Amino acid sequence: WLFVCCCRPAEQDHMATLQESLAQVKHVILVLSGKGGVGKSTVSSQITAALLRRNLKVGLLDIDLCGPSIPKMFGVDRQSIRQSSQGWVPVFPDASQRLSLMSIGFLLDHDSDPIAWRGPKKSAMIQKFLSEVAWGELDFLIIDTPPGTSDEHIAVVENLRAYRPDGAVLVTTPQNVALSDVRREANFCVKGALPILGIVENMSGFVCPHCAECSQIFSTGGGELLAAECGVPFLGRIPLDPRLTQELEEGRAILETTDSPTHAAFDRIADALQLLPERDRSQ
Amino acid sequence: RFLCFSRCVASRTSMSEAVPADANEHCPGVLSETAGKSEACEGCPNQSICASSKPKGPDPDVGDIQERMRHVKNKILVLSGKGGVGKSTFTAHLAYALAKDTSVNVAVVDVDICGPSIPKIMGVEGESVHRSSSGWSPVYLEDNLSVMSVGFLLPSADEAVIWRGPKKNGLIKQFLKDVDWAELDFLIVDTPPGTSDEHLSLAQYLSNCDLTGAVVITTPQEVSLIDVRKEINFCRKVGIPIIGVVENMSGFVCPNCQTESMIFPATTGGAARMAEEMGLNLLGKVPLDPRIGRACDSGKSFFDEHPKAAATQAFFEIIDKIRQFCAVSHQ
Repeated sequence: WLFVCCCRPAEQDHMATLQESLAQVKHVILVLSGKGGVGKSTVSSQITAALLRRNLKVGLLDIDLCGPSIPKMFGVDRQSIRQSSQGWVPVFPDASQRLSLMSIGFLLDHDSDPIAWRGPKKSAMIQKFLSEVAWGELDFLIIDTPPGTSDEHIAVVENLRAYRPDGAVLVTTPQNVALSDVRREANFCVKGALPILGIVENMSGFVCPHCAECSQIFSTGGGELLAAECGVPFLGRIPLDPRLTQELEEGRAILETTDSPTHAAFDRIADALQLLPERDRSQ
Repeated sequence: RFLCFSRCVASRTSMSEAVPADANEHCPGVLSETAGKSEACEGCPNQSICASSKPKGPDPDVGDIQERMRHVKNKILVLSGKGGVGKSTFTAHLAYALAKDTSVNVAVVDVDICGPSIPKIMGVEGESVHRSSSGWSPVYLEDNLSVMSVGFLLPSADEAVIWRGPKKNGLIKQFLKDVDWAELDFLIVDTPPGTSDEHLSLAQYLSNCDLTGAVVITTPQEVSLIDVRKEINFCRKVGIPIIGVVENMSGFVCPNCQTESMIFPATTGGAARMAEEMGLNLLGKVPLDPRIGRACDSGKSFFDEHPKAAATQAFFEIIDKIRQFCAVSHQ
């Protein structure tokens, strides 16, 4: 029992540093999905970009430790992290410094190095990401997550509990197979007392660039039905947009052209997020 | 008491505490499983202490798994660093194709504990498994095709499986050790994305079981290939042989005008270039066909629904190569 007693203060220390590192962050939003490859990182990056277009200060934390995509999408995959007296300094992709990024990708020497870690090590890393990054003043901190409902998710929800995050945006694709995984994730949010801010349906239809015929590659409408079923807002449909995939491939997540329907869809999500009340975090 | 202690250690393993001051760069931490054994430990003054201070005996269950696996001729893993690239779809269709020959016994085991898709894709959702004296009996689709998944053990399909690593590892161990597969020609293991607990455990449990190899699935874009390269390097580190790479969702043919579009563009040469760079076989490319997703949603075999489709052809060619690989590996 000695061990239990001796590690309590450390736990408290940690909670204190976490409160401190997130003290000037107004909103914390998680992007979740039970399913892999539905576009969590794409949605995270584009929500971030839409919030930046509103002249807000946004941080994006990537806790997908085995498959970090954020550095590549913002074209900063060669950057690394510096340590300062306040903690880890995030990566600022542009001169305005309104956007700050943190990902395990910045800590690796080579893109192709695997992170073969079991749960406890992943949890420890996430704790570090949450408590030791000098985010400074932010309007929004968006957290991009790996698929599933396991160590990373438990760690992030437990670590943020005292801070009371705003909630989670769930991403799904329209097909049944994805919906069952997302239903499980919704169940996870309920059990973890994490509010669900809404559901986004990604990859909803593809407009052929040659004949303008819209094909429902992964069918359509599932996300909206799921939102109704869970009694949470439906945040909109994002089409499969080859231009967006191309831009993310080239590391241009903050796009120059902003006139496409895809952007309009993300702008509506950003509108909804901006309406969130600022939470009282005094207790 | 031990539990409390280990929980404490786990919660306190922040990197600074677990790394000695004179350690090498990228020290895995003295509490890590790879302490003293990882690449970064080479030449570290603490290496021998880390490597030897663990009087851990071999896991007795590994022997039981070996015994069970002696009755399985070919063991194939379906892997990908990235999620949603079609691992489960491929697994199911590989099983369907192999089981077409009624003299061949095929089983699928789904170790994606948090997101089991196999029961839905193979149309056996809502089934349950039974325990007998010889172990768990799997769910049978055909006389020669059986399936095991955490999906069969849940009270409802929507139940979230909020499990940490050790619990997941325990179930994977049971799937390999306690399922009564009888004699099998092929055991196909569908995995979750990543390089974490599930993958490390599979590598550990199957290390002496004469694993045939892994089929690595990817989509053509670089964002996916980055993760897949990590997975391939992971396989090399833990000694899993690689049968080859499959590129899925490779090009989309518009059903209206028949023109091909690249929805997921291969900006860096796709799987072909990656396979060449990493010295691997490209087994083939499967086009993105909306009917594949629809067949999976309704739990049917795409091959039966659309035997003439280009994607069916592509699948068959890939599966033939896998069959050949297995045949050669037994010579």
